[in-house]
Amino acid sequence: MTSSMLFNATTFLFLISTILFIAFLATRSSQVGLSASITAFLGWGVETVAIILRWKESYDMGHGHAPLSNLYESVVFFAWTIILIYGIIELKYKYRVVGAFVLPFALFGMAWAQLGLHSGIEPLVPALQSNWLLYHVITCFLGYAAFAVACGISIMYLIKAKAEGDSSDASAGGVIGMFPSIRVLDDLNYKAIMIGFPLLTLGIVTGAAWANYAWGTYWSWDPKETWSLIVWFVYAAFLHARITRGWVGKRAAWLSIIGFAATIFCYLGVNLFLSGLHSYGGGR
Amino acid sequence: MSTSKRGFVESLWEFFCSLKLSIVLLIGLALTSIIGTVVPQGNIPPEYLQTISEAKFKLYQSLSFFDMYHSWWFMLLLYLLTVNLVACSIKRLPRVWKMVSEPQLVMEDGLEKSLANTYEFKVSGDEAAQKEKLKGFLRAEMGEPVVTEKDGATHIFVQKNPWCRLGVYVVHLSIIVIFVGALIGSFFGYKAFVNIVEGTSVDTVFTQKEKPIKLDFAVMCENFSVSYYNTGAPKEFKSILTVLENGQPVKGYEKIPVIVNDPLTYKGITFYQSSYGQAGEGAAYHFNLRRRGGGEAVHLDLKKGEAATLPNGAKLEVLESTQDVRQFMPEFSGPAAKVSLTSPGKAPESFVVFKNHPEIEEQRGGDVFIQYLGADEKLYTGLQVAKDPGVWVVWSGCALMVIGIIMAFFMSHNRVWIRISGGRAVMGGTASKNPAAFEQKFESLVEKLKKL
Repeated sequence: MTSSMLFNATTFLFLISTILFIAFLATRSSQVGLSASITAFLGWGVETVAIILRWKESYDMGHGHAPLSNLYESVVFFAWTIILIYGIIELKYKYRVVGAFVLPFALFGMAWAQLGLHSGIEPLVPALQSNWLLYHVITCFLGYAAFAVACGISIMYLIKAKAEGDSSDASAGGVIGMFPSIRVLDDLNYKAIMIGFPLLTLGIVTGAAWANYAWGTYWSWDPKETWSLIVWFVYAAFLHARITRGWVGKRAAWLSIIGFAATIFCYLGVNLFLSGLHSYGGGR
Repeated sequence: MSTSKRGFVESLWEFFCSLKLSIVLLIGLALTSIIGTVVPQGNIPPEYLQTISEAKFKLYQSLSFFDMYHSWWFMLLLYLLTVNLVACSIKRLPRVWKMVSEPQLVMEDGLEKSLANTYEFKVSGDEAAQKEKLKGFLRAEMGEPVVTEKDGATHIFVQKNPWCRLGVYVVHLSIIVIFVGALIGSFFGYKAFVNIVEGTSVDTVFTQKEKPIKLDFAVMCENFSVSYYNTGAPKEFKSILTVLENGQPVKGYEKIPVIVNDPLTYKGITFYQSSYGQAGEGAAYHFNLRRRGGGEAVHLDLKKGEAATLPNGAKLEVLESTQDVRQFMPEFSGPAAKVSLTSPGKAPESFVVFKNHPEIEEQRGGDVFIQYLGADEKLYTGLQVAKDPGVWVVWSGCALMVIGIIMAFFMSHNRVWIRISGGRAVMGGTASKNPAAFEQKFESLVEKLKKL
């Protein structure tokens, strides 16, 4: 058995889970909802084994390193962290329906990685040969994942708020009736960002520490660094907006969605459109 | 006049204390920061200049877009944010500090009504013994209680993590500490660069603006090497460095290997492996030449850029060379040279000769067999040089920020009171964060209290 077969199985399980979540929205059957969650967590378990196996495979090839070194590996890990953060929020706050808006992110990531990205295990370039790689990548991606979950919740918030604004009878909507109340969604959005913001902060700090250790500058306004700071500014604004009258609710939801858009640009856009120190799979 | 002046100062103060200003500044910083990721910073590549018009270039230059993170207006935004967070903290800290240092020990009716969690119960029997029992109960559940007698009622108060309310201000302070660290670095530190040819030493490094900085010691590069993976991708760039004081090697700083991600620090100045290249001058290539089908081998030393005339009249010249050919041709290893051979009356032919693979030359055919012995070509190592006395201040600021965020996000100030008077008691509780979780905790307290 190879890690690549298991990654394919993961993608398939995330697809089934996404379909089950849509069915859950339509049928409101708690059994369908439970099976959607279980399929997602099963997929996460298979992916965990796949990541460990890929790690081992790189050692078998003679240049062992953590599977966090190129775009393929990072996208796969991103999908893993999204399900992890979603799992924590579901188990803690018991709002299963959120999965319908989060699983598609993980499915999209896995499908893109499996179909569109080069999946070969490459030896590490000198710039990445450091233990900081592990700390930096794990903290950043856990943060990104929490922001993905917050973005899914914010989309639910805006749909629900619009439906409640349109019809005077709040309980009318069929699918939307499944959603938690907007007050709960607003709170969940905040809670997800409360997980993401400290992790992003740690990700930026470990990145700065690594840069200082490897190049002698903790901050050089490289596009990747700058965009991570932009994301940090947006979520800092979100946190301050929470305690300011007139900025809660819809505006907070929009800030969360804009924050995630900036996160995705920081993660992918910078590599695709701008040049800098973070060319995944390439050298410096 | 004086009232309007005071009005102005007050409204200025209010302006700087406002959270809306914080939000506007944070979003403003986020938006303006984008410019520097799209417009090149520092040295502008000529290809970029061709893509923008003269007028646009002048406009960008006047707005300092090519060095925007150090421009006056970006600095102004950062200073405004600093003033804003200092003002906000000054305004709000005293109230929070009072809450932490002088907790409300007494639960009066007004406070009781404002609490989300209350529970009323009967106290029968000996009141003094009951008070001790309740005190012991709270001590076991939450921490050391404080008892206050007021207006004939007994108030038992206990709290957990009161200082976590200061978390926000710790984060604000940490941002200022990081700024201070950055300022120390920019005033008392520098970033520079130096190239050292193998076997030589230098005592002067150069900043980005080519300004020389003299060190009070010298650094010698004993050797530089590159190793490769089987795929031809570089595996390791390694300089062997020795620190010299007055021309003598310093103990403990002799023949130190410096690789990417593992620098050398001496007297607060750190050297980072950054680049390398061929020193070029004085390189010599060594060959053994013989006629195919037998004959004595003739040794040939060839300088870079020179052509040698062989006994048969042909001209031999080295076009380019490498110490390890694997990066260009992963199937081969070792030194190799691309040579040009011009036999009399023929067009020049160029081919590669390998030190480790004479069989390739065997297959080439032709009049002369060229055995490549290698070159005594020297490499130079390119080192990034940095001195930053403010870096530890920055790290303290970062640590403080992480601690502050944990305090502010993940810790809750929980308070519980029990008031006993006239055979009845009321327990009330409140938390600064996560009311749902505290409600559960309060319910479990009530359950335990019932069994007491």
